[in-house]
Amino acid sequence: MDLKTMTYLVVGATFALYIGIAFWARAGSTGEFYAAGRGIHPVANGMATAADWMSAASFISMAGLIAFQGYEGAKFLMGWTGGYVLLALLLAPYLRKFGKFTVPEFIGDRFYSNMARFVAIICLIVISVTYVIGQMRGVGVAFSRFLEVDVATGLFTGMGIVFLYAVLGGMKGITYTQIAQYCVLITAYTIPAIFISMNLTGTPLPQLGLIGNYQPEGIPLMQKINQTIMDLGFKQYDGPVRSQLDMTLYTLSLMIGTAGLPHVIIRFFTVPKVSDARWSAGWALVFIALLYTVAPAVGAMARLNVTTTIWPNGVQEAPIEYAAVPQWFKTWEKTGLLKFEDKNNDGKIQFYNDKSDAMTTLAGERGWEGNELVKFDRDIMVLANPEIAGLPNWVIALVAAGGLAAALSTAAGLLLAISSSISHDLLKGILMPNITEGTELLAARISMAGAIAVAGYFGLNPPGFAAQVVALAFGLAASSIFPALMMGIFSKRINSHGAILGMIAGIGVTLAYIFAYKGMFFIKGTGLFPASTPEYWIMGVSPEAFGAIGALVNFVVAYFVSMATAPPPKEIQDLVESIRVPRGAGAATEH
Amino acid sequence: MENDSGKNYWAANIRLVTVLLCIWAFVSYGMGILLRPALEGIKVGGVDLGFWMAQQGSIYVFIILIFVYAVMMNGLDRQYNVDEE
Repeated sequence: MDLKTMTYLVVGATFALYIGIAFWARAGSTGEFYAAGRGIHPVANGMATAADWMSAASFISMAGLIAFQGYEGAKFLMGWTGGYVLLALLLAPYLRKFGKFTVPEFIGDRFYSNMARFVAIICLIVISVTYVIGQMRGVGVAFSRFLEVDVATGLFTGMGIVFLYAVLGGMKGITYTQIAQYCVLITAYTIPAIFISMNLTGTPLPQLGLIGNYQPEGIPLMQKINQTIMDLGFKQYDGPVRSQLDMTLYTLSLMIGTAGLPHVIIRFFTVPKVSDARWSAGWALVFIALLYTVAPAVGAMARLNVTTTIWPNGVQEAPIEYAAVPQWFKTWEKTGLLKFEDKNNDGKIQFYNDKSDAMTTLAGERGWEGNELVKFDRDIMVLANPEIAGLPNWVIALVAAGGLAAALSTAAGLLLAISSSISHDLLKGILMPNITEGTELLAARISMAGAIAVAGYFGLNPPGFAAQVVALAFGLAASSIFPALMMGIFSKRINSHGAILGMIAGIGVTLAYIFAYKGMFFIKGTGLFPASTPEYWIMGVSPEAFGAIGALVNFVVAYFVSMATAPPPKEIQDLVESIRVPRGAGAATEH
Repeated sequence: MENDSGKNYWAANIRLVTVLLCIWAFVSYGMGILLRPALEGIKVGGVDLGFWMAQQGSIYVFIILIFVYAVMMNGLDRQYNVDEE
């Protein structure tokens, strides 16, 4: 069977499964629509959380990001997993005990203020919309690359599928679909990784392959990678980092941001008990780690594989003739992710770092006229993996289905966070408190459909901020939502003034720092600095790393404002007391 | 929960969380980033310890921390009679 038919078959089968789940898991009440009736087993919720969390970026782009950054790429690995420790220890069990449906709802109730709730709604929507555009884009791109349909058709197909299970089933439909999507994506990710690890290091476990020996030469894999890429003028793979301060703050911002992302937090509202929320966070991280500990191996090995494909005998010998490149090179050239330009017309691919002085000398001696692999997209590292390893067509088809599963599962979680904040917080909570449950459920479905339409529109016409997911979404979540939630639980003294001003100050400094480098509202040329590069960053701290500072500002402002104003009323202090103990979590559900 | 037992439960919780978060910070920011130059000679297979902690080890420790927290907190819930049963 040819690859295209096989891909249609595998992707079609997974879609049929998701649609089946949509009809089986319909939501009959707001409790089911927002929180899956709080009946999800902690292990199942862990799996759903893993799919909810791991996006198109985690699946397609992260390994490539690490491949190019080497050691420093660890900021994504630690940042996007360490946040679960904060979530488990500081937020999830207490928010589950609180027993409501949304993140703004907790902030509004705890800080007895619709203003606080409103600020939280705005943050939630900006974070989730930024994030969901990337997923929609990922769906369109996966379709166009693997199934050779145009991006718009792919996008509409993806929207249609999400529409079915998210509008019909709400959180209930999304949860069961996410469990299925996790199984698809983790299989698709690990199978090629196991084969590549076997080929290079002789061990099937990529985690061990990364620290193992490069089989053909019997030297450590890391040493082989360093030799190979440093010969071409690239920096050492496991070399020291530019700025330890920036890497620390970057990692911390991702961790705090992860713990403050509403679409992840609401997953913990679906388990029956407080103790289940604790277990469930652990299981979520186990399932996430299955991909996150494989990704650095995939990145390192793919970097070596691609480089040695072009330089089969090292830099001392000639590189590969363009006419002799393997089929995968040609396949991915067609998609524009790889591009070869024969600058010196010798028919060979001189791929090296032409910005390195040592290489300039060598290039002069050997008649090279610059790096000829002019485009080398990081996404290749995962997408072309099965072909590089020479795996059968069904594995390539599975990678297509896995990329789609990763994008769809995250999109659905984000869309639920957006629609519930509109129907439950904005409509029922602030604008029309007297609507019945039936009306609210209808409103929830309509806002879900609306959110899908908006996400689809932006997916087709991505605005400037869509590419800034890391800076914007994680910066906002870290500087506003996480501190507000944490203080709401761990302090009885923080009052509404403190919380509101703290959030506004946190968001304010974070956005100011991001906009100063990336342009006001991401419009090119309106920033305070000519470029977002290390020589302009204050103390070398990048805009993506600033969320942690924003969080600190939030904490400090909230503390001093609260101390200068009256403490929260007695019933709020009692509320804090009650969410700190697990007993009575069942009763809190029946509100 | 305005009684001694309630205060002790919360204090025990804070102690546990503090200890676990110190470990959390030490393995990631400590061994993975700031102390990496100091750990340079120590190898885990073919990579140095700091590199391994940053790209592998810290994630395993994070998992252990959450499960330790779940076990210990569920124990505290029973000990102070605030569990959900």
